[in-house]
Amino acid sequence: MRLSEIEDHLKNFRVGIAGAGGLGSNCAAALARSGIGTIVIVDFDRVEQSNLSRQFYFSGQTGMMKTDALKENLLRIRPEIKILAFQVKLDRENIQSVFAGCDVIVEAFDSSDMKEMIIESVQKELPGVPLVVGSGLAGWGRNEIIKFRKIDETLYLCGDEMTETSDDLPPLAPRVGIVANMQANTVVDILLRISPKAI
Amino acid sequence: MKIILNDREEVFEREAMSVSEMLNLKKFSFRMRIVKINGKLISRDDYGKAIINDGDKVQMFYLMSGG
Repeated sequence: MRLSEIEDHLKNFRVGIAGAGGLGSNCAAALARSGIGTIVIVDFDRVEQSNLSRQFYFSGQTGMMKTDALKENLLRIRPEIKILAFQVKLDRENIQSVFAGCDVIVEAFDSSDMKEMIIESVQKELPGVPLVVGSGLAGWGRNEIIKFRKIDETLYLCGDEMTETSDDLPPLAPRVGIVANMQANTVVDILLRISPKAI
Repeated sequence: MKIILNDREEVFEREAMSVSEMLNLKKFSFRMRIVKINGKLISRDDYGKAIINDGDKVQMFYLMSGG
């Protein structure tokens, strides 16, 4: 496929991203560059100085809501992209309405409890919608253990499945970026195999 | 019994087992995880009663914090 054909195809799809931290913001940037038509971003945090070590924000944006800052940055990449931003904390009750109409959803939360919540909720409330999960990205180096697994048609896994972030093993831009881009790569691959929904 | 665990064939010396038993036998101790039996997600509360039978396809992965 040529780039123009890929962009023509991807513009017909809507991708939901749960969380706009290291995984979510960088994944969104890759998806915007790839030509996804509509991106749903969900977060309730503000940009902090410490986020700039790995998240797709800039120094002048500290204090802004992440949803606002990310929308601004994605529109600078591709002005025609449609962004739906929700400033809410996702839970089992609102996931269905926030991600209604999404063709694929990206799990980009920090805490493992939230990861569990969204996997259970999407499988239950949005059956059939593929979910791309990030699990294991802490620290640096160890390229050889970062991997991808397709669990089944609705669940895909990116990460080393092994490292957890901590004070001594912080998330750093390179490894966070690798996993975020693996997630985006998975989304593009899924969407290039399917036809857009009839409107 | 023979099952497919994470795409690999595994043999257990019994006829059936619960998810909890499988996790113990395999020494999968890390708490945060997702388990699917034949594509069906098993929630944590059901590990004791969800039964894995001969020939089942079981998927398990850990949820590591960081995002």
